[in-house]
Amino acid sequence: MAMQIEVNGKRCAVSYPPDTPLLYVLRDELGLTGTKYGCGEGQCGACTVLLAGAPRRSCQIPVSAAAAKPITTIEGLEKEGKLHPVQQAFLDAGAFQCAYCTSGMVMSSVVLLQTNANPKREEIVQFLQGNVCRCGTHPRIIEAVQHAAKMMQERAR
Amino acid sequence: MNTLRERLVAEPERFEFGAVPMHQFDLARREFFKILGAGIAVFAVAKDALAQETAPGSPSFHSEESPKEITSWLHIGEDGMVTGFTGKAEMGQNIRTSISQTLADELRVPFESVRLVMGDTALTPFDAGTFGSRTTPTMTPQFRRVAEAARNLLIGVAAKEWNVPPEGLVAADAKVTHPASKRSLTYAELARGKTLAQNLPAEDPITPATEWKIAGKPLPKVDGRAFVTGNHKYTSDIRLEGMLYGKVLRPPSFGATLVSYDDSAAKVMSGVTVVRDADFIGVAAPSAHEAHKALDAIRTQWKEVPQVSSKEIFSYLKKNAEPSSNERFRHQKGSLEEGLAAATHGLEVTYNVAYIAHSPLEPRAAVAQFADGQLTVWTGTQRPFANRDELASVFHMPESKVRVIVPDTGAAYGGKHTSDAALEAARLARAAGKPVKVVWTREEEFTWAYFRPAGVIEVKSGIASDGKLTAWEFHNYHSGMSAIETPYDVANQLTQYHQVPLVLRSGSYRGLAATANHFARETHMDALAHAAKMDPLEFRLKNLSNARIRAVLEAATRSFGWPRKKTQDGQGFGLACGTEKGSCVAACAEVAVDLASGGVRVVRVVEAFECGAIVNPDGLRNQVVGAIIQGLGGALFEAVEFENGRITNPHFATYRVPRFRDVPEIEAVLLDRKDLPSAGAGETPIMAIAPAVGNALFDATGIRLNDLPLVPSGLGKG
Repeated sequence: MAMQIEVNGKRCAVSYPPDTPLLYVLRDELGLTGTKYGCGEGQCGACTVLLAGAPRRSCQIPVSAAAAKPITTIEGLEKEGKLHPVQQAFLDAGAFQCAYCTSGMVMSSVVLLQTNANPKREEIVQFLQGNVCRCGTHPRIIEAVQHAAKMMQERAR
Repeated sequence: MNTLRERLVAEPERFEFGAVPMHQFDLARREFFKILGAGIAVFAVAKDALAQETAPGSPSFHSEESPKEITSWLHIGEDGMVTGFTGKAEMGQNIRTSISQTLADELRVPFESVRLVMGDTALTPFDAGTFGSRTTPTMTPQFRRVAEAARNLLIGVAAKEWNVPPEGLVAADAKVTHPASKRSLTYAELARGKTLAQNLPAEDPITPATEWKIAGKPLPKVDGRAFVTGNHKYTSDIRLEGMLYGKVLRPPSFGATLVSYDDSAAKVMSGVTVVRDADFIGVAAPSAHEAHKALDAIRTQWKEVPQVSSKEIFSYLKKNAEPSSNERFRHQKGSLEEGLAAATHGLEVTYNVAYIAHSPLEPRAAVAQFADGQLTVWTGTQRPFANRDELASVFHMPESKVRVIVPDTGAAYGGKHTSDAALEAARLARAAGKPVKVVWTREEEFTWAYFRPAGVIEVKSGIASDGKLTAWEFHNYHSGMSAIETPYDVANQLTQYHQVPLVLRSGSYRGLAATANHFARETHMDALAHAAKMDPLEFRLKNLSNARIRAVLEAATRSFGWPRKKTQDGQGFGLACGTEKGSCVAACAEVAVDLASGGVRVVRVVEAFECGAIVNPDGLRNQVVGAIIQGLGGALFEAVEFENGRITNPHFATYRVPRFRDVPEIEAVLLDRKDLPSAGAGETPIMAIAPAVGNALFDATGIRLNDLPLVPSGLGKG
């Protein structure tokens, strides 16, 4: 019997074995390639997705463990052609160079801002410590998260 | 490491780039318009394009002998869209944006109507590769030339149309206007139904930087939206119909040779193709997990051979230097003996620099497809044409039947010159009869890619009582020649590079050996300043007449507030400067050392950088800040460890890279010299950071650190 997972609000049948890391199911089977492979060891954060709203390294989670929870990937953030404020903030701040880490950075930042609407610089640094950017765009990423926080607060008003 | 690729293809670049393949691009014009549709096209023929790629001081591969080379071109379509073509690759350095700006600027069209086709051997002109900070200095003037010629061509078409002399016509805002009669035609209208092409001899660009309208502006990254939405397709994201996933079986250690092999269990797995071709062993399967399973099922035994370890690497390098009389590696001036005799202080120090890894976040990847006698490979390489040639050679195919396409890539930093993944994917695709994707694991990336070479640098110097350098002797073993010569004024000097046979597979890296050579030189200069009881800035300025370096040094120290007074224990300030690849850099660093634990934190960095006329200040700032942060890794803690032919820290958990907590407050001061040609900026900003931090640590603690990385595990207690 095919396993099902719920990704970005859609039920998807999965034929890969239950112990396959969620990352490979998303990328190879479902074609959701916005979630990146960076290390396969949970050390770089490029594969970060939201599992029931919590940030998870999809390379470390067997797909079977994700079957009962809603999954959000970078592809699920944009609503009706409108970017999520965090995506918009990264775009506005030019917070990328090669941009391979961007999906993971954006997903982690989305969670941070859900739990902390107005994070201090040190809190952003702490939260994103597990996400690697090899191009050294960190200061702009911090700036983007702060900018996103402002946009989201204004929107909530 | 005698694998398939290493036996069949040339050794990858090691240190500098001497050998550049010669090619004549020969796309017939009719073919060109067939691909692009009707319109107007201009081809730039730059006689010096290849010569510029070679390292200074290398034997002459020179322009005079080289064939006329088409190096860039553009096409204006019937819809007015402008397409520029270049063999360069975008890897995060933002040249897609900066070149598009230049094109729009010179052609007088909106930025939005320009697009760039890059790094596609079937569509773009030959290019030796994206390295050496050559994109901006070569592509910017070339695209200006083609754009200027296209403008003149459009004016000519309009003049003919209206039967007026071209002199009175103006090209601006994507149209040609005849002010006298108030008539105008858009570029789109002028291109309609035409198949006009023009070759262009090399000439100087006509629009000076002071008159740039679109270039010089901080425009955002082209296609930025595709990156924040995850829609951009990197090589590793490509999926083709029926595509298989490939894995390569690696030996247990460098130099190991295969003794026994049994693939019977793997071969019978459903949908699995196993390839053994000499020392190449790989599998392709319908999914990555099936490929893993198949690979695990192959039984092999290997014979290993003794290998040098990282513990003994520096003495090994020194002992194994090749005796060389090659004058290319040696620069001598004045008399060292006299210089040392005239000195009141002498100093002799050895500096060691560890191997480091590029570890771009997107590992090496390729998708290969054989169809209709043609091989197409998508791969994130800095050298698409060299990759094409290697594929053609390995598979005994004519180059015309091999196409390499480089999707905008998840970074390289000099680490993606070779065609490893491309060859592996293609070998598997040929056997399987289906497209195959190979994506290296992080461990493969840390082990089987190549490294920035380790090195030993010996410096012996002398200064007079007034603080003037009297003698300078500098020997670099193995790490490389980039920026090996001192920019300081010293009458008596000897600089020499000593080759050592490779220990680990080594190659290009952002800035090459400029970082190692600057670390040694600028650390040494700092120690000399201390010996002379002079301020490090004052000491450098006393020995430096290069006005451009002086300018960045003055700009950086001014913003930093040099000289700074210490306000707490463990605080220290350091600086360093230099020049390479046509640009100049100076960095000031503030560190804080926890004197009880030995913990080290870089608190603040101010770096001034000057690369001539700035094409995109926003992209440049990203590159400069990025280089500072990446440079901090190699400065403080990055080092590849190896023993018994194995990399012992091939993971992000054990090979430490800079993370958010390591990032100091950074100020990048960009000097815009509109009177100078634009130089590249991808490399030079990395090279001053290590010595600036090391000098700051000395200022903080009185401990002089002469090895990179400086503090892989802190300074130690007490």
